[in-house]
Order: sequence, then structure tokens, then C-alpha cells
Amino acid sequence: MAWQKRVLRVDLTKGTCNEEPLNMEWAMQYLGQRGLASRYLAEEIDPKVDALSPENKLIMVTGPLTGTTASTGGRYSVVTKSPLTGAIACSNSGGFIGAEMKNAGWDMFIFEGKSEKPVYLHVENLKAQLLSADELWGKSVWETDEILHNVHQDPLAKIACVGRSAEQGCLYSGVINDLHRAAGRSGVGTVMASKQLKAVVVRGNLGVGNIENPKAFLTATAEAKKVLAENAVTAEGLPQMGTQVLMNVINEVGAMPTRNFKEVQFEGAHKISAEAMHEPRESDGKPNLVTNAACFGCTIACGRISTVDPKHYTIENKPEYMGASGGLEYESAWSLGSDTGVDDLDALTYANFICNEDGFDPISFGATVAAAMELFETGAITLKDTGGIEMRFGSAEALTKAAELTATGEGFGRDLGLGSKRLCEKYGKPELSMTVKGQEFPAYDPRGVQGMGLAYATSNRGACHLRGYTVSSEIMGVPVKTDPLSTEGKPELVKGFQDATAAVDSTGLCTFTTFAWTLEDIAPQVDAACEGNWTPESLLEAGERIWNLERKFNLDAGLTKEDDTLPKRLLKDAAKTGPAKGAVNRLDEMLPAYYEARGWTEEGEPKPDTLKRLNV
Amino acid sequence: MLRSLQLESEKCTGCLQCEMACSYENEGVFNPSKSRIKVFTFHEEGRFAPYTCSQCAEAWCLHACPVDAITINPGTGAKDVSEDVCVGCKVCTIACPFGTVNYNADSGKVIKCDLCGGDPACVEACPTEAITYVDASNAGMDRMRAHAAQTIKS
Amino acid sequence: MHHVIVGSGPAGVVAAETLKTHQKDARVTILNNEDAPPYSRMAIPYYLIDQIEENGTHLRKNKDHYSSIGIDLINGELSAIDLASKTLLLNDSTNKSLQYDKLLLATGSSPNIPKIQGIETEGVSSCWTLADARYLLNKIKKGDDVVLMGAGFIGCIILEALVKSGANLTVVEMEDRMVPRMMNDDAGGMIKDWCLSKGVVIHTGTRVEEIEKLDSGKLGLKLSDGKILEANLAVSATGVSPNTGFLKKEQLKVGQGILVNRSMQTSDPDVFAAGDVAEGLDFSTGEYSIQAIQPTAVDHARVAAKNMIQLGSVEHQGSINMNVLDTLGLISCSFGAWAGVKDGEQVSLINKDRFKYFNLQFEDDLLVGATSIGMTQHVGVLRGLIQSRIRLGDWKDRLLKDPTRLMEAYLSSTQALGFNSKVFA
Repeated sequence: MAWQKRVLRVDLTKGTCNEEPLNMEWAMQYLGQRGLASRYLAEEIDPKVDALSPENKLIMVTGPLTGTTASTGGRYSVVTKSPLTGAIACSNSGGFIGAEMKNAGWDMFIFEGKSEKPVYLHVENLKAQLLSADELWGKSVWETDEILHNVHQDPLAKIACVGRSAEQGCLYSGVINDLHRAAGRSGVGTVMASKQLKAVVVRGNLGVGNIENPKAFLTATAEAKKVLAENAVTAEGLPQMGTQVLMNVINEVGAMPTRNFKEVQFEGAHKISAEAMHEPRESDGKPNLVTNAACFGCTIACGRISTVDPKHYTIENKPEYMGASGGLEYESAWSLGSDTGVDDLDALTYANFICNEDGFDPISFGATVAAAMELFETGAITLKDTGGIEMRFGSAEALTKAAELTATGEGFGRDLGLGSKRLCEKYGKPELSMTVKGQEFPAYDPRGVQGMGLAYATSNRGACHLRGYTVSSEIMGVPVKTDPLSTEGKPELVKGFQDATAAVDSTGLCTFTTFAWTLEDIAPQVDAACEGNWTPESLLEAGERIWNLERKFNLDAGLTKEDDTLPKRLLKDAAKTGPAKGAVNRLDEMLPAYYEARGWTEEGEPKPDTLKRLNV
Repeated sequence: MLRSLQLESEKCTGCLQCEMACSYENEGVFNPSKSRIKVFTFHEEGRFAPYTCSQCAEAWCLHACPVDAITINPGTGAKDVSEDVCVGCKVCTIACPFGTVNYNADSGKVIKCDLCGGDPACVEACPTEAITYVDASNAGMDRMRAHAAQTIKS
Repeated sequence: MHHVIVGSGPAGVVAAETLKTHQKDARVTILNNEDAPPYSRMAIPYYLIDQIEENGTHLRKNKDHYSSIGIDLINGELSAIDLASKTLLLNDSTNKSLQYDKLLLATGSSPNIPKIQGIETEGVSSCWTLADARYLLNKIKKGDDVVLMGAGFIGCIILEALVKSGANLTVVEMEDRMVPRMMNDDAGGMIKDWCLSKGVVIHTGTRVEEIEKLDSGKLGLKLSDGKILEANLAVSATGVSPNTGFLKKEQLKVGQGILVNRSMQTSDPDVFAAGDVAEGLDFSTGEYSIQAIQPTAVDHARVAAKNMIQLGSVEHQGSINMNVLDTLGLISCSFGAWAGVKDGEQVSLINKDRFKYFNLQFEDDLLVGATSIGMTQHVGVLRGLIQSRIRLGDWKDRLLKDPTRLMEAYLSSTQALGFNSKVFA
């Protein structure tokens, strides 16, 4: 059990909300969240549909452990076909709305069709209703959040919505919940806006019960919390430093992509690191970081709540930005900072606020700005194209102006909203786009971390660190240390991480627990909560099943082996400094072995036997 | 010596494990909406505040109850609501100046913290020791008392 | 020392208990004039719908409660007081008179009987006492047409019980909205719309002028706007008035009710008054008035009892007028100066479709009044903020902008909240 066994199907074309039972046969194979919603999506849409057409569907989905006392059990995902990549998209978010969906009695909301006029979904326990969003269209995430709390007179209502960027068609807009948590990647928010769905408001007090074996569940979750509390990363590193604990570490190992991946170390890294966020600033003696913060049920609490220096140029005469809000995580500090060469912590924090305020992915945005800067410096674009912005590496002003324009889709912001791939193609320099399958890279340079190159190239949602975080093994030695510069054993390592992550992403738990937890810690929690027999092995098998389902979707959507690659720069231009100096990513050494390890053909297609074994 | 819940907002991360533990103890499901302890988030300031009944000496709720449904537990000093006796008139919910007695529309009765009979589940659940169960004479209780003192007199 | 308390409602019982707590050797007598142990009128609606037995309405559940703590609970009705000899004259066959040292008048109030021709007709009743409730409980049958005259607080409290009893209910209210003395136009109108949506027929701005028994056996009620309503039963709830009938002219100072000072002492130094019969200090207005609500009765009783033991020992700080009402599942509250004050500021949130309403009234940076519909969580902090007169400072402006941040304002203003320190460990 642990599922509510209830799906809300919202037909935006017809304006109807209907309840249907959860397909438990699928739940037993795909758990929840990423796996289960992917199964529904694969069943219900033609993978070839235009992602922004009414024929695409958007699924908000929880996991069986979402809303329970399991540590980090507050996750939810948004699954759809991505307008950025044309592949399946699954963006995972924390905050509080996932648990609220479960408390309202639902596992999943499926949105289909397209509304004639802007609407938002209001869910109060089992009562669901589409309401007019005429007044909300054109409003930012933050404005929308405040208005909806006031309309419903309920400060505890949980809200997920899209900002103005999504309305304007920015291809990497996310769905923001609880003001600054994001289902951020692959443009899931763009799909939501294309359906004229502005927001989802949820309030529930039915509770999450249905625990298969409550006593065993309480024991298993308590044991697992102990593991988190005793692990240096989850008990100290993440709460004190956040994911930003990585900034200096990754820079030192020479895997910090810098200035659109031209370099692999950033001289300004220390200025935008976790340590810098703790330093009191001159103007008011306060540090950038106000507090750490937990998502629902999380006993790690890695979240950053920050302020911009009240004297900083970005917020002069803008009191609305002087309060605290979601601060820099490592990926956003990297993309907005190292990748653009900007080392102004407050400019990055401000740009990150804007990304949250208007709902667009700071990774893709920062990386697109980096590409634009290289286009500008090479003369491929000029001041005429940028509307007068000097798009130079290291320019904080260019970065923050770019953020403001992308938020509203004005001027050069419309170009930036295309993402790096389309932007570079538009200006005739496709080779400057640091993307896989059209999605921008995150913060680990595949030349310095070989396994990540394979993980990026084969990720089912395009370049992504969260589809197989081999950095954990290659840099941090969790669960075992492997050499980041070697390709040996990496195909198997990547497959293992990909499958395990797909399983964790389907439970309702946060992948950051895996700094301390293995599937040995997770399986007892799932097993006690859910019907069926869940072991580390069966979870891993479910993960592999999910991976193959996603792969099949992508192949059916028209992607091929040719899309499992990296930009030439990473394969041809050697790293210039650091421990990886002289190295390129040796993807060709790894990819065939990976296909084999996966039970796929040389063309990267799952063999019939593989699909049969996994019951895909 | 009676013990009290000491709530230290500066240790709270807003994870709501206390709300889940409380609701599980009292309702048998994980249901923060029915928790007797609530964590409030101050978004603009980046603060969190766990908050529940301080079992105040004035016992506004107890005196306001028209049917004697709220009594003092001799073991814990908590003001306990007897669900059998409560008629659901909600007078205590407006009488309690701390707002810590709440109406539960599903049961038609009011709910409030009863210190779990002396073994508060929220204390056990809190990962950061923001909620502790301490001697009422503990120095940390001073500021909570100061708070109570600045409230009202009849 | 003999304290005599006339009246066995919450004021009388709480005063008696307070006296015994603080003066163990005193003799305390409660004079109860009803045919039941002390009970709460607040509980009557729940009795009417069979949610509780009759004893569920009793103020104290233990039968021997009063004797066990040394309170004499005697039956009898006060007919007159002789202040000079400190003697009560009773309408009772066994106890003809009673001597007191200190007297507390907690005689409560009685429903107004509207001056309508035919009000005495069989089938017309008020709903104030347990006896009334028993009568109605026996009388109402599923499907009966029932007319409720008056949609004030009392009317609305029994409204739900009447509907749940299966009656087809019609409400007639003289003023233009529901609960006009507890709710402003917006809120009272919303409660009316809610009741209409639940199938209750409501006539506002009109009143019953005449009642007669029709040939069919039903009642015919003629309204001031000319309409005629037919009903099996009519319930009158057109307000209450203090019970002061036992007082001779100018025996004690009386306005609407018995006048008291901040010790709850009347114009006779040995006579005190509390509860619905007393014009006590209103916290919000600084004036003396009748509130006729349970928490105020209890406030009065505790202050009066302490002053009966030692005059001047405690001063009444004024009671805040507040009400909570559950009208067919719609929960509404009002506090203090809910209608606002001169030169004050206010903010309202109104969502008619979802029956939610929230209004805050400020004077400077003090919260002085509030109204809510559909709010059940932490609603008591409204009382806390009003009555503690805590300065809201910056929070007032933030509340004017976004009143849903009430708990943030409350906690920030009342508690020493720190910032999370773990990040700097």
C-alpha cells in the first residue's frame, strides 16, 4: 500500500476533473513518481507528438513514500515530453506540495488537452475544480503564489505554478512549487503553460496511511534516519554548506566547466562557494546565507535561504528582493557563475531569485548565457542582437540583465529562452552549444570525470547530473572510489547508478540521501510501506525497467544512437589545467560496452530479450 | 517535577517531522493538518517556528469549556480534552489567546496538545533537538513564560 | 461567611468553585431555579440533534461534584431581596428565605417574548432552556415545516439543530442579514447565502406580525411584508433580556442589566453581579454593557468571587466580546471591535464562491477587531492579539497587504524567535 490509489485526470480541453483508480499492476512494477508516470505517459501519448501541442500530457506524480515520515519523503515529479529535448522529461522537486497531494488523497494528477482560457486547478481533498486564471496570467510565480493564498485565504495551501517565462515560451521553464522549489529541468513548465494551466493549488487533510506494515515502517525509517544523522555528508556537509560544499572540491579536481566549457577550473570559484556564502559582507555585516531549510520530512535540510546584499546594484530601490529566498545550490552557482565567468556572489543570488520568481531553470539559463557570451566574443552575435548588452564572460551586469529579460521574454531574452542549442544554431555556431539532446550540461566537466561523460551522453532526458551521479564514486568515493580519469569499469558503474537512481526517483525519496544510503537502507522502508516484496535487487530491477521504458519512449520519439554523444569540445579539446590537464572525454571507449551492459544492440536499442526480462 | 515542551526556533529547519509524529500518534496517519504542533515558516526572514500549547497556568480553554470537557492531567499537567465529553461548540478555540486549541471538522471535536501523556512524540521525531521535553524550571523556559506573562488578564 | 449565588449557569457555578478554592471555610450556596442540574445552553443544540444525552449538557459531569467540594446546590426561585437584612425571599415551599453575607446575582437572561398576537399559541416556543429543548425534541417530526423567528446568535445556534432534525426550515429575521449583532454586512450576507444554498428559506428585513392556528391544525404566520407562512412549529429567538424581575424599583442601579464596577460589585456593597445579567466592562469600548456570552460569564464570575472574598483584590480588565458560530457546517467568528473603530484601518479578504471571509480591524498598530468565516485553525490568536494590545509595528502594514500572514505576525510579535544557527556551526 502507501499509495492512495487514486489518480485525478484533468481534461483541460473539456474543463473536467475525474477520479480514476491507480493502475496497481503498474505501481507494483514502477513504484511511483518517475517510473509510474513514465509508464502512464508511454501508454497514453504518441512519443512523436509535438511537446507543446494539446496532444502532449503533463503528469504531476508522487511516490509511495511521499507524505510519510521517511526522511526526505516529500518528493514529487513532473513528467511529460520535453519541448527542449524531444525526449521524455521527468523533473523532480521537493518542497511541500508532493506531500500535500498525498494528504489530499491523490497519487497523481494527469493533465491532458489544452484549456481555451488560462485556468488553475484547485484541489481540496477529493474535490477538484478548474478555476479561471485570467487574473493570474502575466503574473510571476511569486505574485501568483501570494494572490492564490489570499484568494483561498489559506496560508497553508501548497501551490505549484509557472511564471512569465513559461507563458512566453522559454523552452527551459520549470514548474515552481512553494516559491523556490522547482521541477526545473527540460521545460516541463513550458508544457504546463502551453496548456494554459497557470497553477495547481492543493490542500489536504485526509492523511497518508495505508502503510502495509506500520511497525516495520517506523523501525525502518528510524534506522535509516540514524544512518543520515551519522554520515558526515548528510549530517554536516549538506546542512551546513548545502550542495555548494562541492564548489571548491570540484574546482580542485579540475572538473569545473568554466566559460562555456572552454576551461575546467574557475579562478573565482572561492568567491561564489559555500564558504563565501557564510562570510559576513561589508554593507550590513550579514552573510549571504540566512539559514538552511528542509523540504517536507527531510532530516538533512540542505536547502539554502539567502539574501542579496541590500547595497548591491541589482536590488537598488527594489525592496521586494530584499527579503530572504531560495539561495544558490551548487548547480546554479556553477551555471550562473563559473560557466559565465561571473564571480559576483550577489549577482548570482539575484539571478537565481529571478529564475525562481519567473520559473526557469538556472542550469539551462546560465549555460545558455555562457553560450551567448561565447557567441558575442567570437562576433557571431553583436550588440544589435543583444539589444545593447555587452555579453562578455565575467560580466555580472550582462548576466542579471539577461535574467530579467528571460523572465519576461523581452528583447534578447526571447533568444535566450530558446536554450543553448537553438541559440547557437540560429547564429550559425552549433558547435558552441554545450548540450546533449538539446539540454544544457550541469556542473561537472566530462573531461575530468570520465563516467559523467557517459552518463550525460546516455541520459534519457539530455545532459543531466541526476540521471547517474557517478561523481559520487569518481570524486567522493561513495560507495566505492573509482579513478575519475579512467574509463575502466565506467559503463557498468554508469548503468548501476542510472538504475539505482531511477528506482530512488520513483519512491518519493530524495536522491541526496544516497550520499549516505544505499538500496540496502531504502529497500526496507519501501518494503514496509508497500505491498509486494521490495529488496535492493527488486528495486534495482525496477530501476532498470524504468530506464529501458524511457529509452524506448525516446527511440519511438525519433531519437537514435547519434543522440548519445557529447559536444566536440569535450571529445576533442583537451582540458588545459588541473589534474585532468590534457584529457578529453573518451566516450567512444565506453559507449559500446555500455550498450552491451544494458542488453542493447549496437544501435542502442533494447534487445527483445531485455525488454522481455524486464517486462517492459 | 512537571515537564514542559521547550521549543527553540533557532534549531528548526521546517522539516515537519514533528507534525507527522504528532498526527501519527493521535490520528494513526501522517497528516500534518491534524498535528497538535505546527511549524510556521517566515519565508521572507528565513525562519521557522515550532509552536504548540504551552499548557499555560491560566488554562483559558479549560475555563471557557461549557461542558467540562477539558481537565488537567495530574500526571503531566497538560490540559486534556476528553473527546467523549466535548460537544464541539468551539468556544475554547476562540477563548485560547494562543490559538493552540483547534477544531477538527472531521471529528466534530477540538484537538490540542496533551503531551502524549508524558512522552511527546514530537520530541522523539525532531532531528535537530528544536523540541525538547524539559523540567518546567529549566532556564530555557523563561522566554516562553515571559511570552505568557505579556498576554492577558481577566 | 455565607456566599449565596443566585443562578446556576456558568457564571454561578464558576463563581461558587472559585469561592471554595480561595476560601475553603466559607459556606457557598447556589440557588438553582431550573428542573435540572446546572447545565450549559451552549450544549443544547447538540442535545437537540441527539449527539449527546441530557447529562451531556451538564456543566459538571459528576453528580456529586457540588457536594464533594462543599457547595450547597439548592432548588428555588428568587422572588425578592431585602438588602437591609441581607435576606432572599424565595418562591419555594420548603425554603422560604435565605440569609447571605455576600450575594452574587448570576440570574442570567431570558428570551424576549415578541409582542405578537398569537405568540402564546400551542406550537410556538422559544429554545432557551433544557425544558424548551425537551419540548421541541418531542414535537419536531421529520418533514415538519418550522419557522425560526430571529437569526441572531441564538437563532443561528439552533438553526443547525432544527435542520438536522429533518425540519423544512424557514427563517424570518427583522434585519437585512444573519447575525446582525455579531457579523458585518459581508459576513452576515455570506452566512445567509450559505444557509440558502443548504435549502433553508430565509426572509430578511421582515418580521412575524401575527400567529394563528389554522383549520388544518398548522400555524399561520403573517409577515410584515404581507406574506403568510404555514408551519407545524414556530421557534422564537428574538433576543434575550437580563433577569432582573426580582428587583424592586431602584433597589439596585440597573441600566440594560445590573450595573457593576470593576470589582463586579453592584450599587449595594455586599451584592455582586456576573454573567448575562451584569453590565460589565467591555474591553474594546471601555464602556459597560451586556455581552451575554459564555467566556464573559466566566471572566465575570472569577473576578466577582475574588472580590466577594476580598474587595479590591482583582480588577476586571474588561471582557472581549467574541462569538463562534457553526451554521450548518460554516464556522464563523467575530472578536472585539469587529465593526471597526473611528479613524481605524481595516483589511478584508472575501471569497464568495468558497464561503471564506477574513477581516481585520486596526487602531494604530493594534489589532482591535476581527471577523472570520471558514477559519478553524489558530483562530484564538485573534483574541490574543486584541486583548494583549501587543503593538504589531511593521507587521500591521504587512497584514494590511496580506492578512493570511496572521500567524507570522502573531508569533513575531509575541515570541523571541531566533534564526537557525546550524549553518554557522
